[in-house]
Amino acid sequence: MNRTIITVVGKDTVGIIARICTYLADNKVNILDISQTIVQGFFNMMMIVDTDSSEKPFGQMADELENLGDEIGVKVKCQREEIFTKMHRI
Amino acid sequence: MLNIFEVNETNKMIEQELLDVRTITLGISLLDCCDSDLERLNQKIYEKITATAKNLVSVGKEIERDFGIPIVNKRISVTPIGLVGASACKKTEDFVTIAKTLDRAAKEVGVNFIGGYSALVSKGMTMAEQNLIRSIPEALASTERVCSSVNVGSTKTGIDMDAVALMGQIVKETAIATEKQDSLGCAKLVVFCNAPDDNPFMAGAFHGVTEADAIINVGVSGPGVVKKAIEAARGENFEILCETIKKTAFKITRVGQLVAQEASKRLGIPFGIIDLSLAPTPAVGDSVAEILEEIGLERVGAPGTTAALAMLNDQVKKGGVMASSYVGGLSGAFIPVSEDQGMIDAVSAGALTIEKLEAMTCVCSVGLDMIAVPGDTSPATISGIIADEAAIGMVNQKTTAVRIIPVIGKTVGDTVEFGGLLGYAPVMPVNPYSCEAFVTRGGRIPAPIHSFKN
Repeated sequence: MNRTIITVVGKDTVGIIARICTYLADNKVNILDISQTIVQGFFNMMMIVDTDSSEKPFGQMADELENLGDEIGVKVKCQREEIFTKMHRI
Repeated sequence: MLNIFEVNETNKMIEQELLDVRTITLGISLLDCCDSDLERLNQKIYEKITATAKNLVSVGKEIERDFGIPIVNKRISVTPIGLVGASACKKTEDFVTIAKTLDRAAKEVGVNFIGGYSALVSKGMTMAEQNLIRSIPEALASTERVCSSVNVGSTKTGIDMDAVALMGQIVKETAIATEKQDSLGCAKLVVFCNAPDDNPFMAGAFHGVTEADAIINVGVSGPGVVKKAIEAARGENFEILCETIKKTAFKITRVGQLVAQEASKRLGIPFGIIDLSLAPTPAVGDSVAEILEEIGLERVGAPGTTAALAMLNDQVKKGGVMASSYVGGLSGAFIPVSEDQGMIDAVSAGALTIEKLEAMTCVCSVGLDMIAVPGDTSPATISGIIADEAAIGMVNQKTTAVRIIPVIGKTVGDTVEFGGLLGYAPVMPVNPYSCEAFVTRGGRIPAPIHSFKN
């Protein structure tokens, strides 16, 4: 399984999750887990997704999500899961 | 499964605390390029480097993109040119042609530095090595990305004082040859004792003769992350402080290990080592000096600095070794002056002197690094400083080095600007008394005894 972590940070507004999830669904990316909080009015979300069925290369997906974030007014970042598991799991 | 706090912690380290992988350095053996014909030798060197490293920069960028971690530098180290050019180079100008070839190859593959314009002369110099050393000023003045290093001593062999005396002159000549750029050439020249074969950090990187044909070495960084972590341990005892540093060093090193393994897999080149160093940059918050100040010093250089640094260095290693399968290189906290805002401030405030820096090098890697001194400092005095550092390395069985810049036309009170990662530095005063009669005696300082340690 090719797991990617998507983080979204920015000013809270209507439809952030909807638009990100629509993009992921359109690109056959399966969402495994979502956590989300609001800290001092700021939206903070982390998604664990499986990109195995997606036809787009990782770089293209990351760029498109970043652009989508710009449209919504939030910062979207895609990173492969290993950087987090390496750091936080022995 | 990962939780949002762990993900946020990692991204905070990268975005706010300047966590990065400082360098992926590709070591390339040039031993199979050796030839008695200079033109053919240059051709073979160029072809080998550009073929082996053609994907280095693009793979580095891919890894940055995939994991969201900056990889600041992609670099190359090669077999010491003193060996590779021995058969073809009959005079200093011949060696300079190789320096230009290295520069051209570095530009072609897009790396910002290439190390290995080097000679290993810890016991004695061959004619070729002498010629290489004498060619360093011209080589560094006529190239942009070439870095040079000379190993003048080791614990096993003692110190080659002929080489030390010569290097004092060469450092000075390099300063003069690059006078128009504030003697920048000296920032690309390191004089070592006990130089490691697998160091990924410039300017002292070279690909040792004991290494494989090509190898990936990675240098991690992260002073900002350590500083932020120990801010939370303010006022706590040493046990808690040390635990905090170890845990942070583990996390930083794991990122380096991941990047090294990925680079190795994608380039099809074996992974060598991770260098566990805290490498500062001139950026605010990316400073080893600030860590020491957070530990409890008003300014770096105050009494207690050496002890604090010894502790920091040891904890970084203890945390880092478990995070990586292979550790090597320099592995220690770097204390360059010009590349560390906290060090610059301490020097400007009069808290930190060359003598205190020398004491600090006894307990950490790597030596007197990026220190600007007055342009009228004599070659003999520079040799004396090199000999002192080499003696510390030789006796303590550790790597030490000197990267000192006698800035032509400048004196104490002036500031010199090197630019980029090399930063800027106030010119520091040097002890005015002469050591000329000592350094010009000629011959070697014998290897030290390995028992009766006191």
